Amino acid sequence: MAPPADARLQLEAVRLTALYGRRAVVKDVSLLFPAHTVTAVIGPSGCGKSTFLRCLNRMHELSEGGWVTGRVLLDGDDIYADMVDPVQLRRRVGMVFQRPTPFPTMSIYDNVAAGLRVNGHRCPADVDAAVERALKRAALWDEVKDRLRRSALALSGGQQQRLCIARALAPEPEVLLLDEPTASLDPAGTQRIEELCHELKTNYTIVIVTHNLQQAARVSDYTAFFYLSDLVEVGRTEVLFTTPTQERTEAYITGRFG
Amino acid sequence: MNARRVRRRVVNGMMTGLVGVLSFLAVLALVLILGNLVVKGGSSLDWNFFVKNPVPAGESGGGVANAIVGTGIIVGLACLIGLPVGIGAGLYLAEFGSGRLGWIVRFVADVLNGTPSIVVGIFAWTWLVKPMGHFSALAGSVALAILMVPMLARTTEEMVRLVPHSLREAALALGYPRWRTSLRIVARTALAGIVTSSLVGVARIAGGLVLLLAVAARSAIRQGPPHGAAR
Repeated sequence: MAPPADARLQLEAVRLTALYGRRAVVKDVSLLFPAHTVTAVIGPSGCGKSTFLRCLNRMHELSEGGWVTGRVLLDGDDIYADMVDPVQLRRRVGMVFQRPTPFPTMSIYDNVAAGLRVNGHRCPADVDAAVERALKRAALWDEVKDRLRRSALALSGGQQQRLCIARALAPEPEVLLLDEPTASLDPAGTQRIEELCHELKTNYTIVIVTHNLQQAARVSDYTAFFYLSDLVEVGRTEVLFTTPTQERTEAYITGRFG
Repeated sequence: MNARRVRRRVVNGMMTGLVGVLSFLAVLALVLILGNLVVKGGSSLDWNFFVKNPVPAGESGGGVANAIVGTGIIVGLACLIGLPVGIGAGLYLAEFGSGRLGWIVRFVADVLNGTPSIVVGIFAWTWLVKPMGHFSALAGSVALAILMVPMLARTTEEMVRLVPHSLREAALALGYPRWRTSLRIVARTALAGIVTSSLVGVARIAGGLVLLLAVAARSAIRQGPPHGAAR
Protein backbone atom coordinates (compact mmCIF):
# COMPACT_ATOMS: atom_id res chain seq x y z
CA MET A 1 0.00 0.00 0.00
CA ALA A 2 2.61 2.54 1.07
CA PRO A 3 4.82 3.67 -1.79
CA PRO A 4 8.54 3.21 -1.28
CA ALA A 5 10.14 6.25 0.28
CA ASP A 6 12.33 6.80 -2.75
CA ALA A 7 9.45 6.62 -5.21
CA ARG A 8 10.08 8.71 -8.26
CA LEU A 9 7.98 11.85 -7.92
CA GLN A 10 5.72 11.80 -10.88
CA LEU A 11 3.87 15.05 -10.51
CA GLU A 12 4.49 18.09 -8.40
CA ALA A 13 2.86 21.50 -8.19
CA VAL A 14 5.26 24.21 -7.04
CA ARG A 15 3.83 27.51 -5.75
CA LEU A 16 0.98 27.19 -8.21
CA THR A 17 -1.48 30.06 -8.42
CA ALA A 18 -4.43 29.89 -10.82
CA LEU A 19 -6.32 33.02 -11.80
CA TYR A 20 -9.35 34.14 -13.71
CA GLY A 21 -8.38 37.61 -14.86
CA ARG A 22 -7.17 39.16 -11.59
CA ARG A 23 -9.06 36.87 -9.26
CA ALA A 24 -6.96 34.05 -7.85
CA VAL A 25 -8.98 30.85 -7.33
CA VAL A 26 -5.98 28.73 -6.30
CA LYS A 27 -3.36 30.49 -4.21
CA ASP A 28 0.26 29.47 -3.95
CA VAL A 29 -0.24 25.73 -3.71
CA SER A 30 2.69 23.32 -3.51
CA LEU A 31 1.74 19.68 -3.60
CA LEU A 32 3.43 16.37 -4.37
CA PHE A 33 1.81 13.42 -6.11
CA PRO A 34 4.10 10.39 -5.64
CA ALA A 35 4.15 7.84 -8.45
CA HIS A 36 1.61 5.00 -8.29
CA THR A 37 -0.53 6.57 -5.60
CA VAL A 38 -4.04 7.90 -5.47
CA THR A 39 -4.32 11.44 -4.10
CA ALA A 40 -7.75 12.76 -3.20
CA VAL A 41 -8.45 16.49 -3.30
CA ILE A 42 -11.34 17.45 -1.03
CA GLY A 43 -12.97 20.68 0.04
CA PRO A 44 -16.26 22.56 -0.12
CA SER A 45 -17.72 23.79 -3.40
CA GLY A 46 -15.88 26.71 -4.93
CA CYS A 47 -12.65 26.10 -3.01
CA GLY A 48 -10.64 25.83 -6.23
CA LYS A 49 -10.05 22.09 -6.23
CA SER A 50 -11.39 21.53 -9.75
CA THR A 51 -9.44 24.50 -11.07
CA PHE A 52 -6.32 23.13 -9.41
CA LEU A 53 -6.87 19.81 -11.16
CA ARG A 54 -7.32 21.56 -14.49
CA CYS A 55 -3.94 23.27 -14.02
CA LEU A 56 -2.26 19.87 -13.98
CA ASN A 57 -2.99 19.21 -17.67
CA ARG A 58 -3.13 22.85 -18.76
CA MET A 59 -6.89 22.86 -19.27
CA HIS A 60 -7.34 25.88 -17.02
CA GLU A 61 -5.74 28.22 -19.54
CA LEU A 62 -8.49 27.31 -22.03
CA SER A 63 -11.12 28.90 -19.82
CA GLU A 64 -12.01 32.53 -20.46
CA GLY A 65 -9.43 34.66 -18.68
CA GLY A 66 -7.64 31.66 -17.17
CA TRP A 67 -3.92 31.86 -16.46
CA VAL A 68 -1.38 30.44 -14.08
CA THR A 69 1.78 31.35 -12.19
CA GLY A 70 4.18 28.89 -10.61
CA ARG A 71 5.28 25.55 -11.94
CA VAL A 72 3.97 22.02 -12.40
CA LEU A 73 6.66 19.38 -12.74
CA LEU A 74 5.98 16.14 -14.57
CA ASP A 75 8.96 13.78 -14.20
CA GLY A 76 10.94 16.83 -13.18
CA ASP A 77 10.12 18.94 -16.25
CA ASP A 78 7.98 22.06 -15.99
CA ILE A 79 4.84 21.57 -18.06
CA TYR A 80 4.44 25.35 -18.30
CA ALA A 81 7.84 25.76 -19.94
CA ASP A 82 7.82 27.59 -23.28
CA MET A 83 8.71 24.63 -25.43
CA VAL A 84 6.02 22.35 -24.02
CA ASP A 85 3.11 21.83 -26.40
CA PRO A 86 -0.06 21.64 -24.27
CA VAL A 87 -1.67 19.33 -26.82
CA GLN A 88 1.17 16.83 -26.46
CA LEU A 89 1.11 17.23 -22.68
CA ARG A 90 -2.58 16.33 -22.47
CA ARG A 91 -1.78 13.02 -24.11
CA ARG A 92 0.48 12.25 -21.13
CA VAL A 93 -2.00 13.47 -18.52
CA GLY A 94 -5.43 11.96 -19.08
CA MET A 95 -8.59 13.45 -17.61
CA VAL A 96 -12.11 12.26 -16.81
CA PHE A 97 -14.87 14.72 -16.05
CA GLN A 98 -17.79 14.93 -13.68
CA ARG A 99 -20.37 13.99 -16.26
CA PRO A 100 -19.81 11.23 -18.80
CA THR A 101 -18.84 12.83 -22.12
CA PRO A 102 -18.82 10.12 -24.78
CA PHE A 103 -18.60 11.55 -28.31
CA PRO A 104 -22.19 11.13 -29.49
CA THR A 105 -21.39 10.63 -33.18
CA MET A 106 -18.96 7.82 -32.53
CA SER A 107 -19.35 4.14 -31.72
CA ILE A 108 -18.07 2.62 -28.49
CA TYR A 109 -14.97 1.41 -30.34
CA ASP A 110 -14.30 4.76 -32.00
CA ASN A 111 -14.67 6.60 -28.71
CA VAL A 112 -11.90 4.56 -27.14
CA ALA A 113 -9.80 4.74 -30.30
CA ALA A 114 -10.21 8.52 -30.64
CA GLY A 115 -7.24 9.38 -28.46
CA LEU A 116 -5.06 6.84 -30.25
CA ARG A 117 -5.97 8.00 -33.71
CA VAL A 118 -5.32 11.63 -32.91
CA ASN A 119 -1.88 10.47 -31.74
CA GLY A 120 -1.23 9.03 -35.17
CA HIS A 121 -1.80 5.34 -34.40
CA ARG A 122 -3.40 4.03 -37.57
CA CYS A 123 -2.47 0.36 -37.77
CA PRO A 124 -5.85 -1.40 -37.26
CA ALA A 125 -4.40 -4.38 -35.39
CA ASP A 126 -2.59 -2.11 -32.91
CA VAL A 127 -5.68 0.00 -32.37
CA ASP A 128 -7.80 -3.13 -31.88
CA ALA A 129 -5.43 -4.40 -29.23
CA ALA A 130 -5.18 -1.06 -27.47
CA VAL A 131 -8.97 -0.59 -27.42
CA GLU A 132 -9.45 -4.04 -25.92
CA ARG A 133 -6.74 -3.42 -23.33
CA ALA A 134 -8.23 -0.06 -22.32
CA LEU A 135 -11.76 -1.45 -22.08
CA LYS A 136 -10.53 -4.35 -19.96
CA ARG A 137 -8.69 -2.01 -17.62
CA ALA A 138 -11.80 0.11 -17.25
CA ALA A 139 -13.74 -3.09 -16.48
CA LEU A 140 -16.12 -2.51 -19.37
CA TRP A 141 -14.93 -5.07 -21.90
CA ASP A 142 -17.24 -7.92 -20.92
CA GLU A 143 -20.28 -5.67 -21.10
CA VAL A 144 -19.57 -4.17 -24.53
CA LYS A 145 -17.41 -6.66 -26.44
CA ASP A 146 -20.38 -7.80 -28.55
CA ARG A 147 -21.52 -4.33 -29.49
CA LEU A 148 -18.39 -2.31 -30.07
CA ARG A 149 -19.84 -0.78 -33.22
CA ARG A 150 -22.98 0.48 -31.50
CA SER A 151 -23.42 4.10 -30.46
CA ALA A 152 -21.80 5.04 -27.18
CA LEU A 153 -25.03 6.78 -26.16
CA ALA A 154 -26.75 3.39 -25.83
CA LEU A 155 -24.74 2.69 -22.66
CA SER A 156 -25.95 3.48 -19.15
CA GLY A 157 -24.51 6.42 -17.23
CA GLY A 158 -22.08 4.28 -15.26
CA GLN A 159 -20.96 2.46 -18.38
CA GLN A 160 -20.51 5.76 -20.19
CA GLN A 161 -18.27 6.99 -17.40
CA ARG A 162 -16.18 3.83 -17.53
CA LEU A 163 -16.05 4.30 -21.31
CA CYS A 164 -14.62 7.77 -20.71
CA ILE A 165 -12.03 6.26 -18.38
CA ALA A 166 -11.15 3.69 -21.05
CA ARG A 167 -10.89 6.51 -23.57
CA ALA A 168 -8.51 8.38 -21.27
CA LEU A 169 -6.45 5.20 -20.65
CA ALA A 170 -6.12 4.12 -24.28
CA PRO A 171 -3.29 6.52 -25.22
CA GLU A 172 -1.31 5.23 -22.18
CA PRO A 173 -1.04 8.42 -20.14
CA GLU A 174 1.26 8.65 -17.12
CA VAL A 175 -1.15 10.50 -14.90
CA LEU A 176 -4.92 10.22 -14.64
CA LEU A 177 -6.97 13.17 -13.36
CA LEU A 178 -10.48 12.38 -12.18
CA ASP A 179 -12.78 15.36 -11.58
CA GLU A 180 -15.62 14.06 -9.39
CA PRO A 181 -15.97 11.01 -11.60
CA THR A 182 -18.83 9.48 -9.62
CA ALA A 183 -20.91 12.61 -9.07
CA SER A 184 -23.57 11.50 -11.54
CA LEU A 185 -23.49 7.78 -10.83
CA ASP A 186 -25.53 5.46 -8.62
CA PRO A 187 -23.88 3.56 -5.71
CA ALA A 188 -23.12 0.49 -7.83
CA GLY A 189 -21.47 2.56 -10.54
CA THR A 190 -19.58 4.50 -7.89
CA GLN A 191 -18.25 1.29 -6.39
CA ARG A 192 -17.01 0.07 -9.77
CA ILE A 193 -15.10 3.30 -10.34
CA GLU A 194 -13.57 3.20 -6.87
CA GLU A 195 -12.41 -0.38 -7.39
CA LEU A 196 -10.91 0.83 -10.64
CA CYS A 197 -8.87 3.46 -8.83
CA HIS A 198 -7.28 0.72 -6.74
CA GLU A 199 -6.51 -1.42 -9.77
CA LEU A 200 -5.24 1.42 -11.92
CA LYS A 201 -2.71 2.86 -9.53
CA THR A 202 -0.30 0.05 -10.25
CA ASN A 203 0.12 1.62 -13.69
CA TYR A 204 -0.75 5.26 -13.22
CA THR A 205 -0.54 8.15 -10.82
CA ILE A 206 -4.08 9.20 -9.97
CA VAL A 207 -5.48 12.49 -8.69
CA ILE A 208 -9.17 12.44 -7.81
CA VAL A 209 -11.28 15.45 -6.88
CA THR A 210 -14.28 14.49 -4.81
CA HIS A 211 -17.06 15.96 -2.71
CA ASN A 212 -17.51 12.69 -0.96
CA LEU A 213 -15.33 12.30 2.12
CA GLN A 214 -16.04 8.59 2.48
CA GLN A 215 -14.92 8.15 -1.11
CA ALA A 216 -11.70 10.03 -0.42
CA ALA A 217 -11.08 7.83 2.61
CA ARG A 218 -11.81 4.67 0.60
CA VAL A 219 -9.77 5.25 -2.53
CA SER A 220 -6.83 7.47 -1.69
CA ASP A 221 -3.36 7.09 -0.20
CA TYR A 222 -2.97 10.82 0.33
CA THR A 223 -5.58 13.50 0.85
CA ALA A 224 -5.29 17.24 0.29
CA PHE A 225 -7.83 19.60 1.83
CA PHE A 226 -8.57 22.85 0.01
CA TYR A 227 -10.47 25.71 1.55
CA LEU A 228 -11.10 29.16 0.04
CA SER A 229 -8.43 28.80 -2.66
CA ASP A 230 -5.78 27.65 -0.18
CA LEU A 231 -4.27 24.26 0.43
CA VAL A 232 -4.94 23.85 4.15
CA GLU A 233 -3.48 20.46 4.84
CA VAL A 234 -2.12 17.42 3.07
CA GLY A 235 -1.07 14.07 4.42
CA ARG A 236 -1.57 10.32 4.46
CA THR A 237 -5.28 9.72 4.17
CA GLU A 238 -5.61 7.68 7.35
CA VAL A 239 -3.66 10.32 9.28
CA LEU A 240 -5.54 13.30 7.88
CA PHE A 241 -8.91 11.73 8.64
CA THR A 242 -8.05 10.60 12.15
CA THR A 243 -5.65 13.21 13.49
CA PRO A 244 -5.76 16.35 11.38
CA THR A 245 -3.37 19.07 12.45
CA GLN A 246 -5.43 22.01 11.29
CA GLU A 247 -8.60 23.10 13.00
CA ARG A 248 -10.35 23.87 9.69
CA THR A 249 -9.59 20.37 8.39
CA GLU A 250 -11.07 18.82 11.50
CA ALA A 251 -14.15 21.02 11.27
CA TYR A 252 -14.68 20.01 7.64
CA ILE A 253 -14.18 16.28 7.98
CA THR A 254 -16.38 16.11 11.04
CA GLY A 255 -19.12 17.89 9.10
CA ARG A 256 -19.22 21.12 11.02
CA PHE A 257 -19.17 23.15 7.80
CA GLY A 258 -18.96 22.78 4.02
CA MET B 1 -70.68 20.92 -8.09
CA ASN B 2 -72.67 19.49 -10.92
CA ALA B 3 -73.50 22.91 -12.36
CA ARG B 4 -69.82 23.71 -12.44
CA ARG B 5 -69.09 20.59 -14.42
CA VAL B 6 -71.78 21.39 -16.96
CA ARG B 7 -70.48 24.92 -17.32
CA ARG B 8 -66.97 23.62 -17.93
CA ARG B 9 -68.23 21.29 -20.60
CA VAL B 10 -70.18 24.00 -22.36
CA VAL B 11 -67.27 26.43 -22.36
CA ASN B 12 -64.93 23.69 -23.51
CA GLY B 13 -67.25 22.77 -26.37
CA MET B 14 -67.68 26.39 -27.42
CA MET B 15 -63.96 27.10 -27.43
CA THR B 16 -63.14 23.94 -29.33
CA GLY B 17 -65.77 24.82 -31.89
CA LEU B 18 -64.51 28.38 -32.19
CA VAL B 19 -60.92 27.24 -32.74
CA GLY B 20 -62.11 24.72 -35.30
CA VAL B 21 -64.05 27.35 -37.27
CA LEU B 22 -61.10 29.75 -37.23
CA SER B 23 -58.72 27.04 -38.40
CA PHE B 24 -61.12 26.19 -41.21
CA LEU B 25 -61.26 29.85 -42.28
CA ALA B 26 -57.49 30.09 -42.20
CA VAL B 27 -56.95 27.19 -44.58
CA LEU B 28 -60.02 27.87 -46.72
CA ALA B 29 -58.25 30.39 -48.97
CA LEU B 30 -55.31 28.06 -49.44
CA VAL B 31 -57.52 25.11 -50.25
CA LEU B 32 -59.50 27.14 -52.78
CA ILE B 33 -56.40 28.39 -54.55
CA LEU B 34 -54.76 24.99 -54.58
CA GLY B 35 -57.99 23.34 -55.74
CA ASN B 36 -58.40 25.82 -58.53
CA LEU B 37 -54.81 25.24 -59.58
CA VAL B 38 -55.19 21.49 -59.69
CA VAL B 39 -58.56 21.51 -61.46
CA LYS B 40 -57.69 24.10 -64.08
CA GLY B 41 -53.96 23.47 -64.43
CA GLY B 42 -53.77 19.73 -63.99
CA SER B 43 -54.86 19.10 -67.55
CA SER B 44 -51.89 21.02 -68.94
CA LEU B 45 -49.41 19.13 -66.79
CA ASP B 46 -47.88 16.42 -68.88
CA TRP B 47 -44.43 15.14 -69.72
CA ASN B 48 -43.98 17.87 -72.35
CA PHE B 49 -44.43 20.55 -69.73
CA PHE B 50 -41.23 19.41 -68.08
CA VAL B 51 -39.09 18.62 -71.12
CA LYS B 52 -40.09 21.29 -73.65
CA ASN B 53 -39.22 24.93 -73.86
CA PRO B 54 -41.71 27.75 -73.72
CA VAL B 55 -43.23 28.91 -76.98
CA PRO B 56 -43.98 32.57 -77.76
CA ALA B 57 -46.99 33.98 -76.03
CA GLY B 58 -50.28 33.24 -77.75
CA GLU B 59 -49.30 29.85 -79.14
CA SER B 60 -50.31 26.67 -77.37
CA GLY B 61 -47.97 23.89 -76.23
CA GLY B 62 -44.43 24.24 -74.91
CA GLY B 63 -43.08 23.81 -71.39
CA VAL B 64 -40.75 25.16 -68.78
CA ALA B 65 -37.74 22.90 -69.25
CA ASN B 66 -35.31 25.78 -69.45
CA ALA B 67 -36.60 27.26 -66.20
CA ILE B 68 -36.16 23.97 -64.37
CA VAL B 69 -32.68 23.36 -65.73
CA GLY B 70 -31.74 26.98 -65.15
CA THR B 71 -32.95 26.89 -61.56
CA GLY B 72 -30.95 23.72 -61.00
CA ILE B 73 -27.76 25.19 -62.43
CA ILE B 74 -28.04 28.53 -60.67
CA VAL B 75 -29.03 27.13 -57.28
CA GLY B 76 -26.40 24.40 -57.58
CA LEU B 77 -23.68 26.92 -58.35
CA ALA B 78 -24.88 29.20 -55.55
CA CYS B 79 -24.66 26.27 -53.10
CA LEU B 80 -21.16 25.50 -54.31
CA ILE B 81 -20.11 29.04 -53.44
CA GLY B 82 -22.39 29.75 -50.49
CA LEU B 83 -22.40 26.55 -48.44
CA PRO B 84 -18.67 26.33 -47.65
CA VAL B 85 -18.40 30.05 -46.94
CA GLY B 86 -21.55 30.20 -44.82
CA ILE B 87 -20.87 27.05 -42.80
CA GLY B 88 -17.23 27.98 -42.36
CA ALA B 89 -18.16 31.44 -41.13
CA GLY B 90 -20.71 29.97 -38.72
CA LEU B 91 -18.16 27.51 -37.33
CA TYR B 92 -15.68 30.34 -36.89
CA LEU B 93 -18.22 32.50 -35.07
CA ALA B 94 -19.21 29.74 -32.68
CA GLU B 95 -15.73 28.43 -31.95
CA PHE B 96 -13.44 31.45 -32.18
CA GLY B 97 -15.79 34.41 -32.57
CA SER B 98 -15.59 35.89 -29.08
CA GLY B 99 -13.16 38.66 -30.03
CA ARG B 100 -13.49 41.86 -31.99
CA LEU B 101 -13.34 40.20 -35.39
CA GLY B 102 -16.15 37.88 -34.38
CA TRP B 103 -18.26 40.87 -33.38
CA ILE B 104 -17.65 42.51 -36.75
CA VAL B 105 -18.46 39.36 -38.71
CA ARG B 106 -21.63 38.88 -36.69
CA PHE B 107 -22.68 42.48 -37.24
CA VAL B 108 -22.07 42.33 -40.99
CA ALA B 109 -23.96 39.04 -41.22
CA ASP B 110 -26.93 40.52 -39.39
CA VAL B 111 -26.99 43.60 -41.64
CA LEU B 112 -26.74 41.42 -44.75
CA ASN B 113 -29.50 39.23 -43.38
CA GLY B 114 -31.81 42.19 -43.23
CA THR B 115 -30.90 43.52 -46.67
CA PRO B 116 -33.69 43.22 -49.25
CA SER B 117 -32.70 40.80 -51.96
CA ILE B 118 -33.14 43.42 -54.66
CA VAL B 119 -30.20 45.32 -53.21
CA VAL B 120 -28.04 42.24 -53.57
CA GLY B 121 -29.38 41.90 -57.12
CA ILE B 122 -28.30 45.44 -57.96
CA PHE B 123 -24.93 44.76 -56.36
CA ALA B 124 -24.39 41.71 -58.54
CA TRP B 125 -25.56 43.62 -61.57
CA THR B 126 -23.09 46.44 -60.91
CA TRP B 127 -20.09 44.27 -60.16
CA LEU B 128 -20.65 41.24 -62.37
CA VAL B 129 -23.20 41.81 -65.11
CA LYS B 130 -21.95 45.22 -66.20
CA PRO B 131 -18.22 44.39 -66.30
CA MET B 132 -18.91 41.09 -68.03
CA GLY B 133 -21.23 42.77 -70.46
CA HIS B 134 -24.06 40.26 -70.29
CA PHE B 135 -26.41 38.50 -67.92
CA SER B 136 -25.12 35.19 -66.69
CA ALA B 137 -25.92 32.26 -64.46
CA LEU B 138 -22.68 32.91 -62.61
CA ALA B 139 -23.78 36.41 -61.68
CA GLY B 140 -27.09 35.01 -60.50
CA SER B 141 -25.39 32.34 -58.45
CA VAL B 142 -23.08 34.84 -56.82
CA ALA B 143 -26.03 37.03 -55.90
CA LEU B 144 -27.85 34.06 -54.39
CA ALA B 145 -24.75 32.93 -52.56
CA ILE B 146 -24.45 36.39 -51.01
CA LEU B 147 -28.04 36.06 -49.80
CA MET B 148 -27.33 32.61 -48.43
CA VAL B 149 -24.07 33.17 -46.57
CA PRO B 150 -25.19 35.44 -43.70
CA MET B 151 -28.22 33.37 -42.87
CA LEU B 152 -26.25 30.15 -43.03
CA ALA B 153 -23.49 31.63 -40.89
CA ARG B 154 -25.85 32.63 -38.11
CA THR B 155 -27.90 29.43 -38.10
CA THR B 156 -24.75 27.28 -38.21
CA GLU B 157 -23.38 29.29 -35.31
CA GLU B 158 -26.54 28.58 -33.30
CA MET B 159 -26.36 24.87 -34.07
CA VAL B 160 -22.67 24.61 -33.15
CA ARG B 161 -23.28 26.52 -29.93
CA LEU B 162 -25.78 23.84 -28.92
CA VAL B 163 -22.95 21.31 -28.67
CA PRO B 164 -22.18 21.03 -24.94
CA HIS B 165 -18.98 22.63 -23.79
CA SER B 166 -18.06 19.46 -21.91
CA LEU B 167 -17.66 17.63 -25.22
CA ARG B 168 -15.12 20.19 -26.40
CA GLU B 169 -13.20 19.86 -23.16
CA ALA B 170 -13.27 16.08 -23.37
CA ALA B 171 -11.68 16.21 -26.81
CA LEU B 172 -9.08 18.78 -25.78
CA ALA B 173 -8.20 16.79 -22.66
CA LEU B 174 -7.62 13.79 -24.91
CA GLY B 175 -4.96 15.69 -26.81
CA TYR B 176 -7.02 16.92 -29.74
CA PRO B 177 -5.67 20.13 -31.23
CA ARG B 178 -8.18 22.96 -31.27
CA TRP B 179 -9.00 22.78 -34.99
CA ARG B 180 -9.52 19.03 -34.92
CA THR B 181 -11.80 19.39 -31.94
CA SER B 182 -13.87 21.87 -33.93
CA LEU B 183 -14.06 19.75 -37.06
CA ARG B 184 -14.03 16.15 -35.84
CA ILE B 185 -16.04 16.48 -32.65
CA VAL B 186 -18.04 19.69 -32.54
CA ALA B 187 -19.01 20.07 -36.20
CA ARG B 188 -19.81 16.39 -36.50
CA THR B 189 -22.05 16.50 -33.47
CA ALA B 190 -23.85 19.53 -34.89
CA LEU B 191 -24.02 18.01 -38.37
CA ALA B 192 -27.76 17.27 -38.37
CA GLY B 193 -28.52 20.85 -37.40
CA ILE B 194 -26.10 22.24 -39.97
CA VAL B 195 -27.70 20.14 -42.72
CA THR B 196 -31.15 21.37 -41.70
CA SER B 197 -30.09 24.99 -41.76
CA SER B 198 -28.40 24.44 -45.13
CA LEU B 199 -31.64 23.06 -46.56
CA VAL B 200 -33.57 26.02 -45.20
CA GLY B 201 -30.95 28.30 -46.74
CA VAL B 202 -31.22 26.60 -50.13
CA ALA B 203 -35.00 26.76 -49.98
CA ARG B 204 -34.84 30.43 -49.22
CA ILE B 205 -32.59 31.33 -52.12
CA ALA B 206 -34.51 29.09 -54.49
CA GLY B 207 -37.52 31.17 -53.53
CA GLY B 208 -35.48 34.31 -53.96
CA LEU B 209 -34.80 33.53 -57.61
CA VAL B 210 -36.99 36.49 -58.47
CA LEU B 211 -34.07 38.80 -58.04
CA LEU B 212 -32.51 37.08 -61.01
CA LEU B 213 -34.81 39.13 -63.16
CA ALA B 214 -32.14 41.72 -62.59
CA VAL B 215 -29.09 39.66 -63.42
CA ALA B 216 -29.65 36.37 -65.16
CA ALA B 217 -33.05 36.59 -66.78
CA ARG B 218 -34.10 37.24 -70.37
CA SER B 219 -33.26 33.75 -71.49
CA ALA B 220 -36.84 32.69 -71.02
CA ILE B 221 -38.08 32.84 -74.52
CA ARG B 222 -35.48 33.79 -77.06
CA GLN B 223 -32.64 31.47 -76.18
CA GLY B 224 -32.56 27.72 -76.22
CA PRO B 225 -31.86 25.52 -73.23
CA PRO B 226 -30.17 24.14 -71.36
CA HIS B 227 -27.07 26.26 -71.85
CA GLY B 228 -29.27 29.13 -72.97
CA ALA B 229 -30.66 29.41 -69.50
CA ALA B 230 -27.23 29.34 -68.09
CA ARG B 231 -25.64 31.83 -70.37
